[in-house]
Amino acid sequence: MIDAPFPRTLSGPAGSRPRTRIAPKRLMIYAALLIVSVYYLLPLWVMVMTSLKGMPEIRMGNIFAPPVEITFEPWVKAWSSACTGLNCDGLSRGFWNSVMIVVPSVVISIAVASVNGYALVNWKFRGSEVFFTILLFGAFIPYQVMIYPLVIILRELGLMGSVWGLVLVHTIFGMPIITLLFRNYFASLPEELFKAARVDGAGFWGIFLRVLVPMSLPIFTVAVILQITGIWNDFLFGVIYTKPDTYPMTVQLNNIVNSVQGVKEYNVNMAATLLTGLVPLSIYLISGKLFVRGIAAGAVKG
Amino acid sequence: MLDQTHTPAAALAGLSVSIRDLTLSFGSVTVLKDLNLDIGNGEFLVLLGASGCGKSTLLNCIAGLIEPTGGQIFISGQNVTWAEPSARGIGMVFQSYALYPQMTVEGNLSFGLRNAGVARDEIARRVARAAEILQLQPLLKRKPAALSGGQRQRVAIGRALVRDVDVFLFDEPLSNLDAKLRAELRVEIKRLHQNLKNTMIYVTHDQIEAMTLADRIAIMKGGIVQQLAAPLEIYNRPANLYVAGFIGSPPMNFLKGRLENRLFKGAITVPMADYDFTTAPTDGEVVFGIRPEHVALGAAAETSPIRTEITVEVIEPMGADTLIWTAIGTDPFRIRIDGQTRIAPGDRLTIGFDPACASLFDAKTENRL
Ligand SMILES: Nc1ncnc2c1ncn2[C@@H]1O[C@H](COP(=O)(O)OP(=O)(O)O)[C@@H](O)[C@H]1O
Ligand SMILES: [Mg+2]
Repeated sequence: MIDAPFPRTLSGPAGSRPRTRIAPKRLMIYAALLIVSVYYLLPLWVMVMTSLKGMPEIRMGNIFAPPVEITFEPWVKAWSSACTGLNCDGLSRGFWNSVMIVVPSVVISIAVASVNGYALVNWKFRGSEVFFTILLFGAFIPYQVMIYPLVIILRELGLMGSVWGLVLVHTIFGMPIITLLFRNYFASLPEELFKAARVDGAGFWGIFLRVLVPMSLPIFTVAVILQITGIWNDFLFGVIYTKPDTYPMTVQLNNIVNSVQGVKEYNVNMAATLLTGLVPLSIYLISGKLFVRGIAAGAVKG
Repeated sequence: MLDQTHTPAAALAGLSVSIRDLTLSFGSVTVLKDLNLDIGNGEFLVLLGASGCGKSTLLNCIAGLIEPTGGQIFISGQNVTWAEPSARGIGMVFQSYALYPQMTVEGNLSFGLRNAGVARDEIARRVARAAEILQLQPLLKRKPAALSGGQRQRVAIGRALVRDVDVFLFDEPLSNLDAKLRAELRVEIKRLHQNLKNTMIYVTHDQIEAMTLADRIAIMKGGIVQQLAAPLEIYNRPANLYVAGFIGSPPMNFLKGRLENRLFKGAITVPMADYDFTTAPTDGEVVFGIRPEHVALGAAAETSPIRTEITVEVIEPMGADTLIWTAIGTDPFRIRIDGQTRIAPGDRLTIGFDPACASLFDAKTENRL
């Protein structure tokens, strides 16, 4: 018998379906994305361009045009010699004040809140649920209610107007939400891990520091980012609880931009604003991936 | 009164773990009620029961991970009711392995010893020994994420092993593994027990694991031990209907009827003269139970004391043996026969069995008669 060789592939579709380069549906998506990006990036563009121009060029209008002659003078001035009401040493003073406020606030609030969350999940004590409810309630009380009582408390403690007073305020206000964040993350970890560590003779701190913290990098990242950006961007508490010597960067920025003496130096204002925003921005850029992972991990279980 | 507050050493002699009147409630829900259990030195005890019957809770009480509401727990002659888990001389293996993800296998094995402040060379010696017993030497530097399920569970067992404890507690250690690995590790655990001769308390819902591993099985339901006996005793003489239906696969056949003057009268009539009654029987409603594998066909049926005719409804060939589904009266009836027997649905067959292998239960109390 002679077998006529059949072609192995018969006519008709085979394999993966060919894709057109740019389907109409894709085009729509890209167009929408483009419009949204422009909408968000245009102000940034204007700011960056303006901050690189000299005042004569700015007065000519054309706020969208790139600078004819690039100058970094406004950036230098914003950093080191712009005047804020009393003194004329630029934003640098505010920057260092902010650093001195943010670093201890972030470290203390996260250290305390992570232990809180851990204790609430793994070492349930009598009334721990009530305690947690009260703490959560704290997250929803309007700030305004607490401003004046805190003024009195800080005054009595002798911390009014000092950097440490503001650190205390930020630590307190960060506590509910960061505790919630850690509580949910630790609740999502298998309970048997905690039990195994207890059988292995680890105590309260041993389990926390040697078993749980090493596996909680994502959630610590989220907490650090939330706290750094939140505290860095704070204006209200900075104005209220510090004094000109200890003003954080945001308050100083406001004083530069809103100063009424002399001409408005738009380029210096833009540069100062960009400088102030640079810290939170770089935090996001550096830790973007970890941040997303942490958010996802924390969202698993309530 | 005196002998209750005192703990006479004599009462605990030869016992590894002793549980006295243990009660555990979560709020208003009582999970364990007045539970008593004595486990001998070197015994392999399996706690068997359906999901949610309180096995893990009992094991956690023994480990000290859950505080009992009432009662006492003794381990190796010590009252450990208030002792910390690490001070009880127990090691525990969990279903989810519960390895510390950021530590290497070596770190996992030595964690407990480092917490206990054991000398460095002693730690190294014990880790090496455990690694050898469980064939973990090539894996010591790996993190748990780089291990297979079976390897992870061996590390978890090793973690209990290095601590040189008297009592091993296993909470469904094989449930997360696939069937083949489960069978392999089951034998490995049995071998481990034969070599180490430690007391082991093993929780499972898998009756094969229970039958193959246990010296004694405690069958639990609703926080109460239904029967505590050797595997074959439980298989041959189940203490009540629940145990009879739980042990054995496929489960025991049950026929409803009446017992009248040592005569079972239901869809079939069976004289129970040869049956080993636990107490002198009284007449009344009963359930007659016979295991599918204790029913004979063909020549064997002809010589059986009890014979009856059935019609084959469904057959399930499983290779080694074949399961026949039929009915006697209105009660479904299963028969397990040799896999090579040729049978088709609709066939009329004569089956036979011996009342001596049967079980008889009171229909009301469900207890064995
Ligand atoms: N922390 C708890 N709070 C309330 N009820 C619980 C708790 N833990 C277990 N239970 C209940 O106790 C019963 C026994 O649980 P468990 O011992 O885990 O069963 P299993 O035999 O499957 O291991 C279940 O009904 C469960 O719902
Ligand atoms: Mg369980």
